[in-house]
Amino acid sequence: MSAQLLGAFASIVTFVFVFSLLRRGILREKYAVLWLLFSGAALFFSVFPAALLWVSTRLNVAEPVNLLFFATLVMLILVAIQLSYELSRHEARIRRLAEEVALLNEQLNEERFPRDSD
Amino acid sequence: MGLERFLVAIPAWNERGSIEDVIGKVNQHQPQCDVLVVNDGSTDDTATLAAEAGATVVSLPFNVGVGGAMRTAFLYAERHGYQAVVQIDADGQHDPADVNRVLQGLDSADVVVGTRFHPTSQYFVGGPRRWAMVLLSLALSRMNRGRISDPTSGFRAAGPRAIRLFSVEYPADYLGDTVGSLAIAIRSNLTIHETPVTMYFRQSGRPSKNALWSALYLGRATLAILATSLKGGYIPKGDLS
Repeated sequence: MSAQLLGAFASIVTFVFVFSLLRRGILREKYAVLWLLFSGAALFFSVFPAALLWVSTRLNVAEPVNLLFFATLVMLILVAIQLSYELSRHEARIRRLAEEVALLNEQLNEERFPRDSD
Repeated sequence: MGLERFLVAIPAWNERGSIEDVIGKVNQHQPQCDVLVVNDGSTDDTATLAAEAGATVVSLPFNVGVGGAMRTAFLYAERHGYQAVVQIDADGQHDPADVNRVLQGLDSADVVVGTRFHPTSQYFVGGPRRWAMVLLSLALSRMNRGRISDPTSGFRAAGPRAIRLFSVEYPADYLGDTVGSLAIAIRSNLTIHETPVTMYFRQSGRPSKNALWSALYLGRATLAILATSLKGGYIPKGDLS
């Protein structure tokens, strides 16, 4: 029973925390939505452990807790991949911006201090 | 030939020891070429020295690697209407006297790679680094249906079609730029030839080459080739012809 309480408590804290980040505009919706879904699901299963039991019997998983671990792992991996994807895109964009800044800077210098033409 | 404009692009990262010398030699051997130094986030006075030596300097706000520096050079060339870009190293390993030779190769190709492996070359590599280079050479020569004996050479020339391609698509990954750019060029149906060039020992800076480096190099380059091949004939937006 206390483990159940702990689980419910942790998921509520996560949900409230993510929601407040979202509300203050620190976290963007596309990231917040995932975490809200996860903590919502975690809350649901800690309040109704019978649901977890039901799902694992359906999926032929002997230990319901293993199903929980498996699902958590899959979700975390998906989030990590999403972050890598966003990071790669940002790196590419930042590089492009750096190149443009460098070229603009050169153009500006050229206009301010024209070089002696040969 | 009178209206053609050539750009010698030199990516430079903390090369204060050799940059003036390289620019001086380019100006001496190739008075018809403009010199562009892409200062890749140097923390020393490479940019100032290069400007004083008469080069146009484009300074990236932070270090992005040779690939990013070269794409900047191709963007610059594209926007300023250059017909050819020759890339040479800032550390003095390449002989600016060879610039003419790689430029002439552009008459019959879109990209010309200056190879350091030829009968009269004093350049030699051994061990794992050699194996890595041989493997990459085999893979790229096969893709190209024409010999590319030195795909990691940083001495090369690009014609108008290649400039347009590379100003959009040039690999930025560390160690992936030389091989990766050739793979992209092949996939975009550009012709690649090679021509022998002289290779000197580095004037300054530290060589970054050992067994671990080779393994890393091979891994990244292989990934770059694979990724490019599997894209299936990538043609960037806009007409290349």
